[in-house]
Amino acid sequence: MLEEIKSLRKAPREECYVPGHRTCAGCGPALTYRQVAKAAGKNTIFIGPTGCMYVANTSYGCGPWTVPWIHAQITNGGAVASGIEAAYKAIIRKKKTDAEFPAIIVMAGDGGSTDIGLQALSAAFYRGHDILFICYDNESYANTGIQTSPTTPYGAWTTFTPAGPVVPEGKKLLPKDNPKIMAHGHPELKYLATASIGYPLDLMNKVRKGINAKGPAYLHIHAPCPKGWSFPSDKTVELAKLAVDTGMFQLYELTEDRQYRVTYQPKELKPVEEYLKLQGRFAHLQPEHVAKLQNFAQGRLQEVGIEATVPPAAE
Amino acid sequence: MSAHATKEIPFAGTVPSPQTENEGMITGHWRTRRPVIDRDKCTECLMCWISCPDACITQDDNKGLQFNMKYCKGCGICTTTCPVGAITNVPELDFAD
Repeated sequence: MLEEIKSLRKAPREECYVPGHRTCAGCGPALTYRQVAKAAGKNTIFIGPTGCMYVANTSYGCGPWTVPWIHAQITNGGAVASGIEAAYKAIIRKKKTDAEFPAIIVMAGDGGSTDIGLQALSAAFYRGHDILFICYDNESYANTGIQTSPTTPYGAWTTFTPAGPVVPEGKKLLPKDNPKIMAHGHPELKYLATASIGYPLDLMNKVRKGINAKGPAYLHIHAPCPKGWSFPSDKTVELAKLAVDTGMFQLYELTEDRQYRVTYQPKELKPVEEYLKLQGRFAHLQPEHVAKLQNFAQGRLQEVGIEATVPPAAE
Repeated sequence: MSAHATKEIPFAGTVPSPQTENEGMITGHWRTRRPVIDRDKCTECLMCWISCPDACITQDDNKGLQFNMKYCKGCGICTTTCPVGAITNVPELDFAD
C-alpha cells in the first residue's frame, strides 16, 4: 500500500522519470509523467501506447524511465496491460517469483484512451484487470502536428479544424467526456478520478489511490500543450490552474456508491474568457462562440454538482 | 545485413533503463534563457521543483535547490510558478560559459 503524500516536502525525492527526453520545452504531458512516476515509485511497469509520450520520450535505443517501460500500439494500451497483469498474477500464483505485484500503469494520450484506444481500455476494465489507466489529455493529436481529437474543445483551431470564412469557430463539435463514459458501464471499476498538473499534490495522491485499488482504475489528467494550444512555454502550469478556476476542467473522484465527489472547488469561478485569451488556438473566437463555451463549462460543472454562477468578464 | 550491423541492434529492442539521467538525449543546448535563483528570496516552497517537466531541479539539504543545466530546456515554468519571484530568466548570451 502506498501512503498518502501530505505535503510537497514529504513527496518522494526519487525521480523515476529522469532528465533527457525530446519533449518540447514546457511540456504538460511530460510534467504529468514525472509526477505520476514519482507517486508510483520503483515497483512500476509503464505501458506507453503511441502518442507524444512514446514518440518524444524514446530516442533510438534509450528512454528516460528508471523503471520498466514497454511500447504498445495506439489501439491496444489496455490489452497489453491486461496481458502483463494476468502473467504477473499467474507467476505469483505458481510461486515462480517472490516479487511483489507491481503497479501496472498505462500512460495513454487522449487519442490512445478516448478515441483509437477506447475499445482496449473498455475491454480491460470490463474484465477487471488490476491496472491503472491514465489519460494525459492534451486535447489533440500533438505529435503528428496538432490534429483534432475527441477531447479537443469546441472552437479550437487544429490542422483538421482550421477557422475560416465558412466555419468561423474552427472545431464545431463539443468534446467527448471520457471519465463519465468510464464511470458508468464498467461494473468492475474500482477507482476513477480527474486531476490536473496545476494541483500536483492532489494528482500524486490520486495516482496512489488508483494503484492501491484492487482492480481497474482510471485517471484523466489535464495536461496543457504549449505547441498545440499556442501559448508561451512558461505558462503551462498557470493554464492548468486557470482551466480548473474557470470550470473548463473539473477535479473530482468517484465514490464507492458511484457518486461524484468534487476534490477541489474554486472559491470563485472566473469567466472562461480568461482561460481562452491566453491561447492562440482560440484567438479567432467571436463573442457567441465564447458564450457557447461558457455554457459548456457550466453544464459540466453542474453534472458533478458544482453550482456555477460566473460573473461577466471584466473589460 | 552485415554481421556488424546485427550486433548493434539490441535483442528484442530491449535496452537498459537509465538510473539518474538519460545521456542519450542531452537537451541543455536548447535553452535560450537560463533560470537564475535568488537564494535570499527563496522560501523552498518546492513549487518549482514539482513543476519542472524535465526534473532539472533537485533538493539539496545544505545548498538549497540545485538546477541541472545539462538538461534544462529553459521553458521558464519555474520562474512563473515561484510565488515570491525568486527566479529570473536571464538570456544565455549574458553568460560566459
